[in-house]
Amino acid sequence: MVEVRSLRELLAEHPFFAGLDEDTVGLLVGCAGNVHYRPGEYLFREGDPADRFFVVRRGRVALDVHAPGRAQMVVDTVDEGGVVGWSWLVPPYRWFFDARAMQQVSAVAVDASCLREKCEQDPALGYALMQRVAGVMYHRLQSARVRLLDLYGAGRAG
Amino acid sequence: MPDAQTPLTNGAVSLDLRALQGLVDLLAEQGFSVLGPTIRAGAVVPGRITSLDDLPRGWGDTQEPGSYRLRRRDDDALFGYAADAISWKSVLFPSRELLWEGTRTGDGFSITPGTTDGSGPNSSGLGDPPYAVLGIRACDLHAVAIHDRVMQERDHPDVHYAARRRGAFLVTVSCSDPSGTCFCVSMGTGPRADSGYDLALTELLGEAVAEHTFLARPGSDRGAALLDRLRTRPAAETDVRAAEQVVERSTQRMGRTMDTTDIRTLLYDNADHPRWDDVADRCLSCGNCTMVCPTCFCTSAEDHTSLAGDRTEHWRVWDSCFTTDFSYLHGGSVRTSPKSRYRQWMTHKLASWIDQFGTSGCVGCGRCLTWCPVGIDITEEVAAIRADPQPPFGQGGDG
Amino acid sequence: MPVDVTAPVAAPADALLPRPFRVVGKRRETSDTVTLELESLDGDGLPFASGQFTMIQAFGVGEVPISISGDPTQPDLLVHTIRDVGGATRALCAASPGDVLGVRGPYGRGWGVADARGGDVVVVAGGIGLAPLRGAVLEAVADRSGPGRVHVLHGARSADDVLFGRDLEAWAAEPGTEVAVIVDRADTSWPGRVGMVTELVRSAAYDASRTLALVCGPEVMMRYVATELTARGVPADRIRLSLERNMRCGVGLCGHCQLREYLLCVDGPVLSLDAVRPQLGTREL
Repeated sequence: MVEVRSLRELLAEHPFFAGLDEDTVGLLVGCAGNVHYRPGEYLFREGDPADRFFVVRRGRVALDVHAPGRAQMVVDTVDEGGVVGWSWLVPPYRWFFDARAMQQVSAVAVDASCLREKCEQDPALGYALMQRVAGVMYHRLQSARVRLLDLYGAGRAG
Repeated sequence: MPDAQTPLTNGAVSLDLRALQGLVDLLAEQGFSVLGPTIRAGAVVPGRITSLDDLPRGWGDTQEPGSYRLRRRDDDALFGYAADAISWKSVLFPSRELLWEGTRTGDGFSITPGTTDGSGPNSSGLGDPPYAVLGIRACDLHAVAIHDRVMQERDHPDVHYAARRRGAFLVTVSCSDPSGTCFCVSMGTGPRADSGYDLALTELLGEAVAEHTFLARPGSDRGAALLDRLRTRPAAETDVRAAEQVVERSTQRMGRTMDTTDIRTLLYDNADHPRWDDVADRCLSCGNCTMVCPTCFCTSAEDHTSLAGDRTEHWRVWDSCFTTDFSYLHGGSVRTSPKSRYRQWMTHKLASWIDQFGTSGCVGCGRCLTWCPVGIDITEEVAAIRADPQPPFGQGGDG
Repeated sequence: MPVDVTAPVAAPADALLPRPFRVVGKRRETSDTVTLELESLDGDGLPFASGQFTMIQAFGVGEVPISISGDPTQPDLLVHTIRDVGGATRALCAASPGDVLGVRGPYGRGWGVADARGGDVVVVAGGIGLAPLRGAVLEAVADRSGPGRVHVLHGARSADDVLFGRDLEAWAAEPGTEVAVIVDRADTSWPGRVGMVTELVRSAAYDASRTLALVCGPEVMMRYVATELTARGVPADRIRLSLERNMRCGVGLCGHCQLREYLLCVDGPVLSLDAVRPQLGTREL
């Protein structure tokens, strides 16, 4: 039995938006829409305009890089509860990686230009979003930097 | 048998030089390898003795950080130096010891344990145990007690050390002429030993006595039994007072002091003190300090395998925390910088040792000062940190 | 003061002499890691507590400390998972069934899984860190007496470096046990998560107030995992780390394995976070 939930409900219960008041959630609903991807489908590709970000409700998304002579490399995965994409915040607003659905993915896509405009008008909203995006970046950057150390690598097991 | 005993003289007897030679002879007769201070290569070092002539009669030493010199005394004191240049550590704990030999067999390999009575292949060159040591100072006696705890009072004791220690006969001689690097008083380890010996002697000569005399007290049944067989006379009160004065004078003439108040917390809390960088600029990581220190005990294991690969020997060898290899782990060393290695040695010696073994690891013998090529003085290093403590960020008081 | 995490299982009195053990089984785990199964020639086995280690002698080459990766309920089979990092480990990884190795031990303080007291057990293993933890996981999974759940969180360099894949599958199938694996990087054939093992700690559903956390892996990884566990609210004395330093004797006599006042071969290798925070925070200690 498929349970139909409103966009407002989906946004309100997602960890990324925790703590935002009802009016703010309402503002975001105005920029948001439900999206679904089948396994193997791309949410976006490197170089495409970064016009939205994705709040993952179900499934797993891979951030990929492709290079000639090498298998497509996955540098990060995002599971339910996570957020994909912040290139919409930083000019030139172009995606840096590919994002591919590894499983059935359900997400809420939030329109970036709609959101950027609202943030210009309402700095408080802008700040609240910035805090949350900064939190995501904080954890991702730590993860990336520590993985750069290749701690498990040969000769550097510790 | 001593008679006319007074509370002051209780148990003490006096020996002249003949009786002292008699002590050496008796120990040799009883099968001990008799050891004492000897002069070799310009220094007072442990060696085998048969006669009082083997002792450094009339020699003293002048020791300062980075400097050791013998000097001629104006008397015939047999024990007129401060501390032997090399400690007595290698008597009970030689720098190399065979632990076991292995031989390949059709089915794998067989192990033959090394001799555990202390007489197996080793490096000491001081003969076979049991050892009788004549002239070990109070500081070095404390070092033996420290090694007893480190090597024996453990879940897995060192059986080779235990074997040598069991039979060892220790005759301590109170220090009468401490050097510029001595600080046993600060460490509570001298200049006179109060336990841990079989016999305790104090050398008396000059105006205080009629002739060259040794005041002797037994510290064990073995010691008392030996004294009974020597030609001694009951100690006169003047002898005892003279001995007290020797000790008192030595106590007043310490070359250095170390304030050990809360030293464990001080060194633990100041692991990032800039003084460590300062000492690192001077320290050569030569490891001399660890070799001459009477309590350093770190070892490594070496496997020596025949060319055919069918026989191997597993040796225990002294090691030093100053080598870069000491802390090797996963392709690199944990302590790569000289600073970290100096800090490790000093913090272990003065602080961590207390947590590990219940006492300081330092006996104030001063050898690490004397034999440091650049004259690093741990009493000075401690004082520098104490004068300006810098606990880690977020702890400690204002400013 | 370190928490007494378990009463150590004592090694025999003649502890400095190796006992001969024959290799009876060998399994390649990854490109540089093998598991050896050993049986003692004297038939006495080697009872041990999970988290303990032995000193293994490769005849004529040298001796190294290796954690025991076997099942504590099966002391007759001594199991070691060894990574080839050169020297003696290379000789050990090259050993074949029938070869004889020298073994001393077991040594050290183990994980003390029984201290979980029915609460959640969170096992975080980075790389080969899963080997010293394997025995603890087996114990935790087997002990279903309390309401707590077992969370096995494993981070590896790549899909090819995931350790004990079959065990992980078996554990995942157990009721009351969750298994999550994450790799540093992957290609598209890896269906699982990509990232750092701390992300698994963040997303695992355990009750921090009733958790015993057991962590093993590179020291940097352990520090960051400890930070995550602490942020969730696991008390420092309920977070246990398996620490590592150079070891030459394994019995507290050679002085090499010191981490300030701790001799890791007798006070560790398992120590609780509250006992080692200042030590871990000091560079080059």
